[in-house]
Amino acid sequence: MKAAAFTYARATSVVNALELLAAHGDKAKVLSGGQSLMPAMNLRLVSPDIVVDIGGLTELRGIAVSGDVLAIGALTRHVDLLRSPEVAAHAPLLRDAVAHVAHPAIRNRGTVGGSLAHADPASEIPACMAALDATIVVRGPGGERRIATAEFFRGIYETALSPQDLLVAVELPLSGEGARFFFQEYARRHGDYAIVGLAARALVGGGQFTDLRLGFFAVGDRPLLADAARKLINVSVTPALLAETAAALAEELDPEEDQQASPAMRRHLATVLMRRCVAALLERPELETGGAW
Amino acid sequence: MTRPTADSLSVLDRPNSYIGKTVPRPNLDRLLQGRGQYVSDLELPRMAHVVFLRSPHAHARIVAIDATAAKRLPGVISVVTGRELEAVITPWVGVLSHLKGLKSAPQRAIAVEQVCWQGEAVAAIVATSRAVAEDAMEHIAVDYEELEAVTDMRTALDPSTPVIHASLGDNLAFERAYHAGDVDRTFAESDAVIESEFVFGRHTGVTLEPRAVVADWNAAEARLTIYQGTQAPHMVQNIAALHLGLKESQVRVVCKDVGGSFGIKVHIYADEMATYALSKLLRRPIKFVADRVESFNTDIHARDHRCKGRIGVKQDGTITAFEIDDLTGIGPYSMYPRTSAIEANQVVNLVGGPYVAQNYRARARVVFQNKNVMCQYRAVGHPIACSVTEGLVDLAAARIGMDPVEIRRRNLIADDGYPCASPSGMKFEQLSHHASLAKLLQMMDYDALRAEQTALRLRGIHRGIGIASFIEVTNPSAAFYGVGGAKISSQDGVAVRLDAQGSVICQTSITEQGQGSESLTAQIVGSVLGVSMERVRVTLGDTDNTPYGGGTWASRGAGIGGEAALQAAKALRKNILDVAAAILQSTPAELDIAGNSIVSASDATPRIELNELARIVYFRPDTLPPGIQPELMATRHFVPRQYPFAFTNGVQASWLEIDTETGFIKLLKHWVVEDCGTIINPQLVDEQIRGGVVQGLGAALFEKCIYDERGQLTNANMADYLVPMSGEMPDIEVGHVVSPTQETELGAKGAGEAGTAGAAAAVANAVNDVLRPFGAIITEIPLTPQVILTALGRI
Repeated sequence: MKAAAFTYARATSVVNALELLAAHGDKAKVLSGGQSLMPAMNLRLVSPDIVVDIGGLTELRGIAVSGDVLAIGALTRHVDLLRSPEVAAHAPLLRDAVAHVAHPAIRNRGTVGGSLAHADPASEIPACMAALDATIVVRGPGGERRIATAEFFRGIYETALSPQDLLVAVELPLSGEGARFFFQEYARRHGDYAIVGLAARALVGGGQFTDLRLGFFAVGDRPLLADAARKLINVSVTPALLAETAAALAEELDPEEDQQASPAMRRHLATVLMRRCVAALLERPELETGGAW
Repeated sequence: MTRPTADSLSVLDRPNSYIGKTVPRPNLDRLLQGRGQYVSDLELPRMAHVVFLRSPHAHARIVAIDATAAKRLPGVISVVTGRELEAVITPWVGVLSHLKGLKSAPQRAIAVEQVCWQGEAVAAIVATSRAVAEDAMEHIAVDYEELEAVTDMRTALDPSTPVIHASLGDNLAFERAYHAGDVDRTFAESDAVIESEFVFGRHTGVTLEPRAVVADWNAAEARLTIYQGTQAPHMVQNIAALHLGLKESQVRVVCKDVGGSFGIKVHIYADEMATYALSKLLRRPIKFVADRVESFNTDIHARDHRCKGRIGVKQDGTITAFEIDDLTGIGPYSMYPRTSAIEANQVVNLVGGPYVAQNYRARARVVFQNKNVMCQYRAVGHPIACSVTEGLVDLAAARIGMDPVEIRRRNLIADDGYPCASPSGMKFEQLSHHASLAKLLQMMDYDALRAEQTALRLRGIHRGIGIASFIEVTNPSAAFYGVGGAKISSQDGVAVRLDAQGSVICQTSITEQGQGSESLTAQIVGSVLGVSMERVRVTLGDTDNTPYGGGTWASRGAGIGGEAALQAAKALRKNILDVAAAILQSTPAELDIAGNSIVSASDATPRIELNELARIVYFRPDTLPPGIQPELMATRHFVPRQYPFAFTNGVQASWLEIDTETGFIKLLKHWVVEDCGTIINPQLVDEQIRGGVVQGLGAALFEKCIYDERGQLTNANMADYLVPMSGEMPDIEVGHVVSPTQETELGAKGAGEAGTAGAAAAVANAVNDVLRPFGAIITEIPLTPQVILTALGRI
């Protein structure tokens, strides 16, 4: 379990990193926190010719509010999200989610940009970005691009990034008044990848949702913003409506089979999560045990 | 005021005894400061590293191996195939004569012609570093002709299933049938007979440190030194010598620190044999350290059983009979040298063991398959037997509407009913099922917990209580392996000597893998001798420098090695007192040793310090009276003879909650009461129990080697194979009942298997306690959310 030999380059600036990526294309891999890349290399699942280490690029690290946007640098570590007052104030969903990401040692090394670029469909951060309507900021040979999360994730470990691109930041709209969040996932053990997870953002007024974004993960090949959520907006939620929404959600999902769960189990758990999420966000515990569905 | 003389006191309750006390382990600072010496740490001059190219197929013929390109890579020393290695090592067959009918095929260090499981080695790449060897491995081309893989144990014996080893005629490795009493008549006379099939997930031991060997053939002295993390150094010595054509005196086995074993490291693996052979072939030190993927594919697996069980019960709760039909698949070979029939054999021996019912019928069949080898892992057979027995007892209780505790009270062997024997012929010296159960109920406050369960159920919170009584095989005599022809010693020896400054050197044949062998030896020797523990230095794990013995496995270290230590220390104490009497012009009976000094037996007045006594003996023997020849070294050996095994017993309970919408189980609390006889170090015993429970909980909820229909292990990594982790573990409360064995002066029985033996059974019974009102019953582990949701009909 030793990585094949590779060349190592420590990028001195974003421009330098982009030059290296331009020169080596898909023979290069970007090293950020290394929490997915290093195991994959040691297992020889990937054998890049060159590893471009962006760990020294301090301009990519940090969390800042500017205007109505919360900007998070690509090199920001998971642990930074957990401790950041800006995140707690403006995107508490991320703080709640990060507590479920692996274990402290991994959260101390793993980065937001790394998680997004790796695009594991079972990971938490991409689904949060979908729920939070984030914009992913990318720099490449043609300059800077801003990509909505819905366009960014393309499949299992697949994104809109080309081999010459570097993910530099992610931008989130500030949560605003009346926003409520819900994060929960079902995993066999603390820190494991979820069997099914849900990151949700809602606006609630007068006992109703005025907006509801349900970002499911581990239910398909990429984070999924559920269409079914629309059924619950600007209406009084009843058990019957919730059951109807759950049925629509199950229909919408096309989950994979793996060693932890069959597609049927994933659909079932997703609907349980949705019910619990709605009950929590509306503060109506009676909705949680939806009964019939 | 006079005290009784020291000899009339038990050696266990002498003043300042360490027995029964939690004292820090002597090796703790060394390990915590990173100064342990694991095999991986070892560097020898000219040492090379071996990596094994392993079969990607479960069953295939090797048509050709082309290593030309690999051999050309810089740093590659040699690429060796199975055929080439045959020049220095002979094949082996893992059978024992007392397991009648057990058969297996010759197994080779590296496969020749045929590979029989995914992960079997087909070539060895020896290079200057592991990384170079792995590079070279990618340049070896092997042409395989894939053969149909035998994977399902249920069809392994069908005529249409291919036979893995043609020379054996079929895929049946071993079969045992047993009948005591009259099961058919008893079932006919019972008020109810309940039947179920119990299914167990194949799992493995997952040691923190993987298997590791450095073999160093010194051609100049024609001697092989094997540095290996093993539980049984003398067994390794015997086997290595046998198959390399050497005398045992030409093989030295050194076993320093070992990062966990759990039975995984008590066997002889093909890749370890290959490493010994490569050192001899290439005349240089060779290091093999399994990586994690290799560990999953080649460390023994265990517990792959499907066991049908039946229990008869009367309306008054009397259990009338047990019957089982056990089937297990062990991979393509019976493991060497302990064999892969022991686990099924143990299941037959142990089912029904805690109970008085004497009607018992059992059949066990052990079949070959194209999966990794299975063999003995911690608590061999116990978790299967306990889960089947306790599962059946709960099913019987539910059928007649009796509380699970009450049915056990009515059927467990009475505490004053010993000695006696189980229906399978296991001899019990003294067990304490009822005292243990009473203590358990008190610890868990059973009645209050039942009331809480009822109250919570009304609020939609579903919690369950599961109870599991068990018996445990410890202190095995020669009945385990020796009688079957295996050169695995069941006796152990300890040598103790007093050095020139009054310190004590102790050499023991038991080994240390983290459970505290070093500590318990020092505690016993220090207590019996009357010297402080920091003066006692324990040496273990070196066939050149310890007495001959079995090592540490099957919960034998404390009970057997500990008794040898006690007897050796007693002998040395007598020798010291003889010399002291001569020096002090007294008699041995008037003297004692306490606090590192010779003292008056009557009033503990210090007479002469041990270092002064040693000074005289070693440097001024001319001052001793004529005719005195001091012997400040003593050696004693011990083996149990009266009972084949020192059975222990105990009972466990689990309290858990199930989210019936998601199928997730939350373990809330676990209790264990066990009876290992004399407790030498309470903390070590409790932590052994807890560690064992955690491994049992892993089996109950998480661990399973998942094979596909082609015999591919699909979760051979730490992300997909789920070991139990602290976040999911409940608090585990441990209590004790103490029934010392009378066969030894020490009175200690083993404690290593108890936790693992009953944990899964307790959890399964608790889960069914939750599910019963839903009309669901599960008799399968691991109890995954998918299994729970399926049973509840939610998916």
